[in-house]
Amino acid sequence: MVNAAYAIVAFPLLGFIINLVSGRRLGEPAAGWVGTVAAGGSFVSTLIVWVTMLGRPADNRFADLTIFTWFPVAGLHVNAGILVDPLSMTMALFVTGVSTAIHMYSIGYMHRDPGFDRFFVYLNLFLFSMIVLVLADNFLFSFLGWEGVGFCSYGLVGFWFQRQTAAVAAKKAFVTNRVGDVGFLLAMFLMFAHFGSLNYSSVLGTLSHGHATGLLVAAPGAIKGTTATAITLLLFLGAVGKSAQIPLYIWLPDAMEGPTPISALIHAATMVTAGVYLMVRVAPLLHYAHATSWVIACVGAATALLAATIACSQDDIKKALAYSTISQLGYMFLAVGAGDYVDGVFHMLTHAFFKALLFLAAGAVIHALADHQNMKEMGGLRKYLPITAVTFGVGWLAISGIPPLAGFWSKDAVLSSAWQMNKVLWVIGVFTAGLTAYYMSRQFALVFTGQARWEEARPAAVASHEQHEAEGHDAVEGHEATGPGLPAPAHAEARPKDPTWTMSVPLIVLAIAAVLGGGINFPAWHMDYLTRFLSPLFPAGTSVTISTGTKWALSLLTTAVALTGLGLGLSTWRTAEHPRLEPNFLRRAWYFDALVSATVSGPLRLAASGLAFVMDRKVVDGLVNGTARALGASGRALRHLQNGYVRTYALGIGVGLVVLLAYLTFRVGN
Amino acid sequence: MTVPGAWYLVLAACLFGIGAVGLLVRRNILVMYMCIELMLNAVNLTFVTFSRMLNDLGGQDAVFFILVVAAAEVVVGLGIIVSIYRRRSGATADDISSLKG
Amino acid sequence: MSLLAVTHLASASAWAVYAVGALMALAGAAGVVLQRNPVHCALALVTTIFGIALLFIDQGADFLAAVQVIVYAGAIVILFLFVIMLLGVDRKEQRAPEKLKGLIPVAVLVGVVALAELLVLVRVHYWATGSKAGAGALNGPGENVQKLGQSIFTAYLLPFEMTSALLVIAVVAAVVLVRRPSPAPPGPERRTVVGGREPARSGPAPAKATVAERSAPTGRGSGASSGAEQSGPTGEVVR
Repeated sequence: MVNAAYAIVAFPLLGFIINLVSGRRLGEPAAGWVGTVAAGGSFVSTLIVWVTMLGRPADNRFADLTIFTWFPVAGLHVNAGILVDPLSMTMALFVTGVSTAIHMYSIGYMHRDPGFDRFFVYLNLFLFSMIVLVLADNFLFSFLGWEGVGFCSYGLVGFWFQRQTAAVAAKKAFVTNRVGDVGFLLAMFLMFAHFGSLNYSSVLGTLSHGHATGLLVAAPGAIKGTTATAITLLLFLGAVGKSAQIPLYIWLPDAMEGPTPISALIHAATMVTAGVYLMVRVAPLLHYAHATSWVIACVGAATALLAATIACSQDDIKKALAYSTISQLGYMFLAVGAGDYVDGVFHMLTHAFFKALLFLAAGAVIHALADHQNMKEMGGLRKYLPITAVTFGVGWLAISGIPPLAGFWSKDAVLSSAWQMNKVLWVIGVFTAGLTAYYMSRQFALVFTGQARWEEARPAAVASHEQHEAEGHDAVEGHEATGPGLPAPAHAEARPKDPTWTMSVPLIVLAIAAVLGGGINFPAWHMDYLTRFLSPLFPAGTSVTISTGTKWALSLLTTAVALTGLGLGLSTWRTAEHPRLEPNFLRRAWYFDALVSATVSGPLRLAASGLAFVMDRKVVDGLVNGTARALGASGRALRHLQNGYVRTYALGIGVGLVVLLAYLTFRVGN
Repeated sequence: MTVPGAWYLVLAACLFGIGAVGLLVRRNILVMYMCIELMLNAVNLTFVTFSRMLNDLGGQDAVFFILVVAAAEVVVGLGIIVSIYRRRSGATADDISSLKG
Repeated sequence: MSLLAVTHLASASAWAVYAVGALMALAGAAGVVLQRNPVHCALALVTTIFGIALLFIDQGADFLAAVQVIVYAGAIVILFLFVIMLLGVDRKEQRAPEKLKGLIPVAVLVGVVALAELLVLVRVHYWATGSKAGAGALNGPGENVQKLGQSIFTAYLLPFEMTSALLVIAVVAAVVLVRRPSPAPPGPERRTVVGGREPARSGPAPAKATVAERSAPTGRGSGASSGAEQSGPTGEVVR
């Protein structure tokens, strides 16, 4: 039943259209359920296709379906087609799965928001675009999805567009993405120039042994190193923009202006992983471009470290998680750069689970505290939000790399491949792991343990609790009618409580996934399912080959570092005031934004004003006005020929006579 | 043996040149007019010279007609000059400059 | 003995005649250009005309020489002198400063260059085609006057008629040009409305008179200026 793959694409598109046309009429919560059912249908279809694939032998898990011919232009034939292969199935599985969970979560989270239907319209459109991105069988169709998710990100980050900061953040996200997209486009041009086509089978498949099924195994001599380096570097530029690596990560922290489900879905689990997916997809090309692999690994490691340092001093609960996302994405790229594509995908999977979990739990906290996001004004919430605290705790341990949760296995695998590639990178990775544990523990401590600082910040909350109990009004719902940051209506201030079932169930599901996720690629007892599933795709000789003893030693060391960080974080942050640990340059993210403003927008503004005031006013207007002035001046000059004096006219005749005679003389003389 | 025709042509050319320069240089309208007559005379001389050189009577016919036309032209021109001079005496060619751009 | 026989003089005398004629012509030309007093210029012009006449005779154009003297020297230059005397131009020296500075040098330059080119053209006269006009040969039997008359009244009859008409037109033009506009007649019936007709006048309505109409030497004539009421049917005073 491979044809179910069409349904994977069709379901979210259908949901999008239904909500677009009649979302307002459907209203809450029907529009939300439409979206969730669409996402769920997509997930079920993916499962069907996946099971079908599993039924086939390992080297034949491949199908290429064409939806329609997009454009056949001379020399370039582009289909809207679906490629079903292990990598795309893996991506589709977790994208649709996490999306379904978050769709359901959003029904509760966006309760009473006036833009409820619009939210689900965008959400389904986003899912559709992401599916297209991961399932496309050629670069151009994938680019369509790439741009689609960028657009949906813009629409959703700026969902509460009445807020100036949200609108600006949405614009920033989109524009920064576009900077990366230039790389993608140029890479496509190069690909077309070299291969004559943009299909995966043509570009990546020609690098195979010409296997009839088009599986991607590298063949020697099919492409020059410089071309491959150029293409992959340009693609990496696109990935840097989409996946928030240095230097194009500046949009992701600001994108936290969007609703928390969006942060969970787009900016943790799916859209930002598109860049990693892209680089994994072009693994055959990377085989020929070792320089690019080094670049990817170094950029990934540097980003991981930088973001982790910044996350240590953020006050906003979502911004801290945003920097954490950037850092973990750096890990994924580190793995990809080291050639260990499987573990890059593995970390992507586990990260999707625990980061989405963390975001959703943070959303529950924000919801409970009536849209207050400053961690310094939280504390001691585990008494009031037990489910949230437990799930957040699971996520915290997972991301810190504590065995036997999922994050430990994937991060360990990434670090092993880093050790194999370059010890310095490994050191950076381990240090970053320690920092990760530290700042996540800080976050947990600030939010859930210690003093209940939120009581001092808003003493009215406790007092109005009885009043709300009498009204039977659930404290969690009803305050997002105005959105975070806008003054919350007074009736919403109440004792924090755990969220409704639509929001809790996804939390629990994701927590379970975060605990058991290590089983996807357990390095022992033949449970390395993911490796075996994906291995036909990747060129031989890229797996990690270090001895088991070394691996255990490294794991122990990493775990020790993580535990140290964890302990430090927990103990230090029982109280909330440690100004020396939060220097200004970290709070301001190493002043990178200011740097970008100075170096990019400063010269751009200069160039724009130069063009406007110099080029436009002086040159263009000068040309036009100057022509008019020149004509006037020539008229005024020529006017002196008609001065009314007969003698000058006679002189003119005389001159004409001279000319005529000259002509006669010299003509006759010849 | 008569004087070669070229000499007459040279003389006519010189007369024409002098007449042209005089026309441009003098400001008294009547004197300018006389210079015009001078140029006409030079042309007449040229015609007659060519008539002799080419053994053709057409040149003399041309002179005949040129004389007639010159006479008519003088009449009209002097009429114009008189009507101009009526308005102000002592006017020179430079004073009639109202047709300027 | 025709004057043609005179042309068969010895070289020296031919040159002498040429020299005298040329000298007279040039001297007169210089005088026209350089003399201050217009009357002197007119007299210099007469000298030029005589010189040209001499050269005409030298080249066998007897009739033309005579006509030249009679018409040019005897009528045209006299006319010039009439006007000079009439307008009193000779009394005033041209004291006004030269408004067009730089004109004189340029003019002289233009003249010199034109002259030079003419001389060059004289030298390289390859463009004389030598095709004959329909007038007949210059030399040959018959007097100059006879041949000239024959050619005019047969071959060039149309130009002859046209030039005669031209002369008539010139006369008329002269009369018209120097006519002063007549003043408005004072009368009790005169309306002050411009453009309105005077009903008492029973004469023909004022029409645009053509020149031909006015050529008839009658004292009466309607106003030639179209629509101007002040030119009533009064006699024009021709000055």
